[in-house]
Amino acid sequence: MQQNVKDVPAVAMPDATAMKRRRIILSAVAITVAIILPFVVKNFLIFQLTLAMVYAIAILGLNLLTGFNGQFSLGHSAFFAIGAYTAAILMDQGEVAYYWTLPAAGAACMISGFLFGLPALRLEGIYLALATFSLAVAMPQLLKSSPLEPWTGGVQGITILKPDAPFGLPLNSDQWLYIFTLAVLIVLFAAAANLIDSRTGRAIVAIRDNSTAARSMGINVSLYKSLTFGVSAFYTGVAGALGAIVIQFVAPDSFTFVLSIGLFVGLVIGGVGSIAGTLFGGLFVLFVPNIAEAISKGLAGAVYGVILILVIYVMPSGAAGLVRLIGSKIARRTS
Amino acid sequence: MDLFLHQVLAGLATGGIYACMALAIVMIYQAIDSLNFAQGEMAMFSTFIAWQFMQWGMPYWVAFFATIAVSFAAGVAIERVVFKPLRHASLLSHIVVFIALFAIINSVAGFIWDFTIKSFPSPFGTQSLFGSGLISMHDTGMIVVTLILLVLLFAFFRYTRIGLAMRATAENPESARLVGIRVGWMVALGWGMAAAIGAVAGMLIAPVVFLEPNMMLSILLYGFAAAVVGGLNSPLGAVIGGFSVGVIENLAGTFIPYVGRELKLTIALTLIVAVLTLKPSGLFGKVVVSRV
Amino acid sequence: MTGPLLTVRGLNAFYGETQVLHGLDFEVAAGGITALLGANGAGKTSTLRALSGMIRATGEIVFNGLSIGGRATEEVARLGIAHVPEGRGTFSRMTVDENLQLGAMTRGDRAGIAADMERLYGFFPKLDQRRRQQAGTLSGGEQQMLAIARALMLRPRLMLLDEPSFGLAPMIVAEVFDILRKLNASDGMSMLLVEQNATAALDFADQAYLIETGNLVMGGTAADIGRDENVRRAYLGY
Repeated sequence: MQQNVKDVPAVAMPDATAMKRRRIILSAVAITVAIILPFVVKNFLIFQLTLAMVYAIAILGLNLLTGFNGQFSLGHSAFFAIGAYTAAILMDQGEVAYYWTLPAAGAACMISGFLFGLPALRLEGIYLALATFSLAVAMPQLLKSSPLEPWTGGVQGITILKPDAPFGLPLNSDQWLYIFTLAVLIVLFAAAANLIDSRTGRAIVAIRDNSTAARSMGINVSLYKSLTFGVSAFYTGVAGALGAIVIQFVAPDSFTFVLSIGLFVGLVIGGVGSIAGTLFGGLFVLFVPNIAEAISKGLAGAVYGVILILVIYVMPSGAAGLVRLIGSKIARRTS
Repeated sequence: MDLFLHQVLAGLATGGIYACMALAIVMIYQAIDSLNFAQGEMAMFSTFIAWQFMQWGMPYWVAFFATIAVSFAAGVAIERVVFKPLRHASLLSHIVVFIALFAIINSVAGFIWDFTIKSFPSPFGTQSLFGSGLISMHDTGMIVVTLILLVLLFAFFRYTRIGLAMRATAENPESARLVGIRVGWMVALGWGMAAAIGAVAGMLIAPVVFLEPNMMLSILLYGFAAAVVGGLNSPLGAVIGGFSVGVIENLAGTFIPYVGRELKLTIALTLIVAVLTLKPSGLFGKVVVSRV
Repeated sequence: MTGPLLTVRGLNAFYGETQVLHGLDFEVAAGGITALLGANGAGKTSTLRALSGMIRATGEIVFNGLSIGGRATEEVARLGIAHVPEGRGTFSRMTVDENLQLGAMTRGDRAGIAADMERLYGFFPKLDQRRRQQAGTLSGGEQQMLAIARALMLRPRLMLLDEPSFGLAPMIVAEVFDILRKLNASDGMSMLLVEQNATAALDFADQAYLIETGNLVMGGTAADIGRDENVRRAYLGY
């Protein structure tokens, strides 16, 4: 009996350094595979994988807000749109180099996210969902509206040019954009992981778990919640800018609430509160609708819905939850 | 002034649609403590069933009540088949399943009945009420039916034992079980009722917006807005919310210059968010009193 | 006194993967009052929750000759076991009247229900004055009374009481136990009581068990338990 009690924590919680080492090894393997990939698959698949990474970044932004801070959002398509349009307008009218549009888009979204986060402070759960959903519905209409037309191009949208690989690298532009997006993704994912591990991150999570307790611990709940909204919008905005560059085109109707719902689905399927899970979410959002269409053209929506329900049955806490479950089962068996 | 009055009446007429939808939304919120994003699609599908019944030669009112019965059964079935196994899943997972249902129902309806617009008859006629040119017979009928539904629901929840049990289930499922209420069945019943009310809403709305698989998209959104503004635990609030959203939307579209028409929806939604920020539980929502 | 109304053999209970009860054996006599004593976190509440099917449990639970292990909470209630949970579990958004109505949800006799309501309002005059008031606005003592009254509306054969004295002033505690004693005498209703307030519980019960970290460590008549040296020192404070 004594022995047993001693064993359990050792199995359930391998010491932190071992876990960290395992995580670093896994990341290194994943990155290596990701770098090799664009040289062995077709261009169209490279393009799709690039988009999946773009979605993964956007979903990570949503995850910071929902998964780690406990705030709902069905409005992230709006931030995605702001990021995309910032990039497109800067490239189209300001002739700014594409890589400089990312920080600009991020900053624009961070500010708008922070500002939207202020009134959102008073709302929770379903009410916050509706408020953010309103933002998502309003965004395409705003983009189409006549006062903004000189910049946004109205319903027509803006077409931009695809960048070539720099320094005479022997890459076609699909491969280059893939590598570029991958680099941005790695930086942003590492930054998110560090943020969550930091003091600030612990405060963000504490607010999710119990905001009253967090307040009594001296955490400025309002400030952190709005800031998280800003950071979350930053990620999604950068993703939007990347998306604009990759697709070479922005138009109001690419950023309807359907995109918000897609990001939300990716969040839940990937795993709420899991950074690595968002990668799976990005792949799911991009590929599953196509798979559904391949299975049945007429009933694509129904097939997609059925897949979604089955996935939720099999992994109610997302891909990350499933991996955790399998991991703990293996750990128990080997002990 | 005449324009103003006209716009208010027109707003009340569209508000009737929203109120009807909002009522169905509040209904299911009472039963499952969450918003059902597939509710609009369920109502649309019910309306197609009614249309099909009439195509097969059923008289309007027979088709009307048969559709309500079928929808009720379908609502119960969806809960039993899809949601019962997910009882312990998180709210976020539930929302994903709502989205999935949305996609399935929309796609199946399009597959069976295709995406062309169909006209749907009104039992009240479409001529203008008393020849005034302000509001049609159908609009009036719709408002009256909504109000009747409201009264029936009020009486059901207030005076029947099952209504009481359903309220108890929504408020505190654990305590409801402890007094012997079969909570699972109450939730299923709530789904059935919500589907039935949604069917009524769909059949009343279809003569105005025409029948097609995407007819409910924006109506559902307005219905949510109305329900949330009115207070999600208040059927009366939902109906008042529905009428006010309709009126606000119309007045904003007419009287706010320049941005009016284009941004009608945006303005309505902004107002809603403003209301929520000032009064987070809705205009008529009960504030829960609790002692710590 | 006849045979036991409730017999429990080898009861284990779990929260997720964690086992919180380890093979409990105890009984509640028909018409008897049994108390479970123990420190905070010893497993008293878990025992009641296991009986009501609110947490996963294994072992044998026989109520009135019927095995009830593994049944859903609502089915256990329907057999005549009324559980007054920790934290009272009143429907705070509903009126006092509606709470009592809900207590009788398993019954069909309208006249009997109305009569029972009047009888209970007689027992609890404070509730009688607040029939139309939202339960959430009642004081702690009134809520406890409401919870007990609601449980009684089920016309249970056995009541499971989870810390009825918790958070109440001593005067009110005495009042609550007084009413419970009357009900036990007049209706022959059996009770299983969980208490941290060992003095009050031993005074009230006829049988008692002591529970420590999920194990029963002692059992006997309340008088014997109250005389035990260790119990006195650890739980009664003299």
